[in-house]
Amino acid sequence: MKPAPFVLHRPRTLADALELLDSRENARVLAGGQSLMPMLNMRLASPDHLIDLNRIDELGFIREEGDEVVVGAMTRQRDVEYSDVVASRLPLMREAILQVGHRQTRNRGTIGGSLCHLDPSAEMPTVMMAFDAVLLLQSRRGARTVEMGSFAEGMMTTALQPDEMLTQIRMRPWDPAHGASFVEFARRHGDFAVASAAAMIELDPSLRVSRASLTLGGVAATPLRLRDAERALIGRRGDEGFTKVAQYADECDALDDPAFPSWYRRRLAVTLLARAIDRAYRRAAARAVKA
Amino acid sequence: MTTSSESNALSLTLDVNGKACEATVEPRTTLADCLRNELHLTGTHLGCEHGVCGACTVLVDGRTARSCLMLAAQAEGCRVTTIEGLSGEGELEPLQQAFWDRHGLQCGFCTPGVLMTLTELLRDEPNANEDAIRLALSGHLCRCTGYQNIVAAALSAVECIRRRP
Repeated sequence: MKPAPFVLHRPRTLADALELLDSRENARVLAGGQSLMPMLNMRLASPDHLIDLNRIDELGFIREEGDEVVVGAMTRQRDVEYSDVVASRLPLMREAILQVGHRQTRNRGTIGGSLCHLDPSAEMPTVMMAFDAVLLLQSRRGARTVEMGSFAEGMMTTALQPDEMLTQIRMRPWDPAHGASFVEFARRHGDFAVASAAAMIELDPSLRVSRASLTLGGVAATPLRLRDAERALIGRRGDEGFTKVAQYADECDALDDPAFPSWYRRRLAVTLLARAIDRAYRRAAARAVKA
Repeated sequence: MTTSSESNALSLTLDVNGKACEATVEPRTTLADCLRNELHLTGTHLGCEHGVCGACTVLVDGRTARSCLMLAAQAEGCRVTTIEGLSGEGELEPLQQAFWDRHGLQCGFCTPGVLMTLTELLRDEPNANEDAIRLALSGHLCRCTGYQNIVAAALSAVECIRRRP
């Protein structure tokens, strides 16, 4: 289990990294290495050129810009875990990050790396889908922005062109009074989740749902926004009909494999979604009552 | 361009356990293999080589990292601490002594990685409770299934550190 030989590049600036990515054939960028390094070790990936991004300081940051929070692609998962900005403005991301791998992998794993690897069960892509995050893709040719919904094209497949690199992610925090919940089911803590559900809910003064974001992870090939379920949730209060709304998860086209057949994933999705909606609602309601 | 491209041998100077160490490795050499095969620090064990078992955990700039998921070249400019760097002058650290006293190891294969994780945890959270310890240990596999004694040893180390003057 050793990587196949490659040429290692260690640029110090983004411009240099993009130049390398543009000029080298069969090149891969190495972010935190918590997914790509296992793939190299198992020779599931064998690039001729490996471009290590770990010396590029400009790609690691979390900052508030107007009504958005911008996260650099090389921001470590650990830094998200301990960020006050994330804790106060993006509670969904904060709850999800604690379920990403283990502290030993979060110390090095990055947000951008997780998004580009796009494992169906990964937490960060699900969070980005829940926020309708906007991703900045840069290449030597220029830059373009892509919404998470278009970025996630299929199973571990993104909209990135071979010469492009994800450099930052923009999220628009919800109203401070909203409730958020990220729940997942994994056979052991820190393992790849079989399925996960993310919910964000805003309430009107009469505690009825006025805005909702519902997303499933690990169920389909890419994170799945349940727009119909979101619409069905609007106007509801207490737990009236929450279970019925969660049934929307049963209609999705779920992944199928011998360990977790699609009917099982769908049932898991329904349960997790109901749980996520319930928790997000309770959190929003608790804030409303306190206010 | 301020980039270096290496395809053959790389001459690295690594800061390992406070000492500057020279090693010549291929770019594809992982930090774990460099520590074991070039620097002969065989206390860092390799189990799964894909980041799951936790045996190869070391500290990089004071934070735990899987050394099988890092290239040796990436450790340049970082402070690397391995199990060999834990005790100073032959005296066992409280954590190591606690493992001895509480039978926190059987075959010992997972132990170096476990100790590195607990070193980080007890430094960041000197009053870590059992839940925090179990959560930190969830990144390690022990095939002897000696988890109860590992947790007991960690709790005993917390107590020992608390009583220390």
